[in-house]
Amino acid sequence: MFDDFFTRALIAGIGLAITVGPLGCFVIWRRMAYFGDTMAHSALLGVALSLLFNLNLMLSVFIVAAAVSLLLLLLQKRGALSTDALLGILSHSALSIGLVMVAFMTWVRIDLVGFLFGDILAVSEADIDLVWGGGILVLAAIVYLWRPLLASTVNAELAEAEGLQPERTRLYFMLLMALVIAIAMKIVGILLITSLLIIPAATARRFATSPEIMAMLASVIGALAVTGGLFGSLHFDTPSGPSIVVAAMGLFVLSLLPFGRKTQTETAIHSTHGGHH
Amino acid sequence: MLNFRKTDQAPLVSLNNTGVRRNGRWLVRGVEFSISRGEIVTLIGPNGSGKSTTAKAAIGVLKPDEGWVEKLPGLKVGYVPQKLAIDWTLPLTVERLMTLTGPLKGREVEEALHSTGIAHLARAEVQHLSGGEFQRALLARAIARKPDLLVLDEPVQGVDFSGEIALYDLIKSIRNRTGCGILLISHDLHVVMAETDTVICLNGHVCCRGTPQMVSQSPEYLKLFGSRAAQTLAVYSHDHDHTHLPDGRVRHADGSITQYCHPDDGHHHGDHAHDDHAHDHDHAGHVHGPDCGCGHKSRLQGFDNKERGRV
Repeated sequence: MFDDFFTRALIAGIGLAITVGPLGCFVIWRRMAYFGDTMAHSALLGVALSLLFNLNLMLSVFIVAAAVSLLLLLLQKRGALSTDALLGILSHSALSIGLVMVAFMTWVRIDLVGFLFGDILAVSEADIDLVWGGGILVLAAIVYLWRPLLASTVNAELAEAEGLQPERTRLYFMLLMALVIAIAMKIVGILLITSLLIIPAATARRFATSPEIMAMLASVIGALAVTGGLFGSLHFDTPSGPSIVVAAMGLFVLSLLPFGRKTQTETAIHSTHGGHH
Repeated sequence: MLNFRKTDQAPLVSLNNTGVRRNGRWLVRGVEFSISRGEIVTLIGPNGSGKSTTAKAAIGVLKPDEGWVEKLPGLKVGYVPQKLAIDWTLPLTVERLMTLTGPLKGREVEEALHSTGIAHLARAEVQHLSGGEFQRALLARAIARKPDLLVLDEPVQGVDFSGEIALYDLIKSIRNRTGCGILLISHDLHVVMAETDTVICLNGHVCCRGTPQMVSQSPEYLKLFGSRAAQTLAVYSHDHDHTHLPDGRVRHADGSITQYCHPDDGHHHGDHAHDDHAHDHDHAGHVHGPDCGCGHKSRLQGFDNKERGRV
């Protein structure tokens, strides 16, 4: 039952899940879910550009995702439209421009579904090297940037007043996001990357007592979801990317169940009665 | 009392004709003051008068659009912002909050929590704290890192009156113990710490400045409030040589009207400089508009003795 392609998919998927866990925590702490989505959608523009100019796929996706996030920063500073509206414009424009460009390139045939929903069963050994190599790089950067990242998540002005550099940290964070999107595209696809960022992190929240524990738990839960989803897709012959997301959602629903812990009700009471400052 | 002001030392931070502009409007302009080691400077003023903006400019969070800000190299700042919302999805205990911007020893965390009276809340999640408890946690965080300059933006908001006195006592003892400079923004127009060395009243610019008037030393005050409160609270009153008109322009005592109001515009009579004047006497001579809101003597007299007397 452990065919070669399946083992490769499992190794690549778990590597990716471990990488995105901590990043996903920052995405939900900073309320940047839609932002992650926008960067991911812009990946299709990266795909189109890579075909047009014969560039390395991952590199061109990384560059486009990073460029879109910088563009957003610039537009935010001008402050004419809300971030929400800007994201909506950038997200769907980038996706659509990508699709239109691909349609114009009649000389290439691409597997659009593969880009949108991922093709984890087709990963090669080289892909595995990229996922794990890139993953270690991303994790090392997050460990290095942990304090400024967390402090500027809590309050950017506080971080800046006390000698950290939230602007620069934010830039690094966006580059890391772009890198992860470039790596993840092949595995879960453009449309599902954000779910792998957010769902394991949201699941981890209930069990976490500190930001560090939440980041590690998100990695573990993501790895569980990848494993469950891949076995499910093999068993039921379902598409692998969506199956992973369904498995992640299943774990999230499980985490909502009140299995006999008193603290759960206490937390619920506290959170409904405010405590937000 | 010991005098902590050391004029021979270079100030920790000094603002020189500093102005911050947003969307074509000056939030503050022409601000000049400095904070030395061991000095407490209190900013007062109505809402939107640029208190927080001034504080942010002082610590480098906002870059001035006019003038300049000098900071001592390697200045270590402890900052309590006016508003701080921590997303519920972030699991953060009070203990973990302490080391947010830099590492600390366990003993230092313990001491800071103890001195702000929240040692029992070390393991509590910050989202579960009451407004006053959270404010103490933020203060504990800022002092635990032993800063050279402590910047407190309305540190007693949401704290009840006896807690307010306790926090002011604490701020005083921090200054006395560590000798750090303190920039305090008061949410209250006319009640400031007695230990304040300089009170600066802002309303888009520096309206006036001086030492707090020591009414707390008068026998009547002592009788009403008790010696403990007298050491903590002080009343600062002052007069103005100009009136803020509803459209943002300024009418000066000589009758002229200008767009902005800053020391060099020729409409002032020299009392914007550093002369520490106590001036609770000549209110008859100047014009107060209803929108001036800089802390008037009438408000002072409305000070509720009964409510605040029991401490």
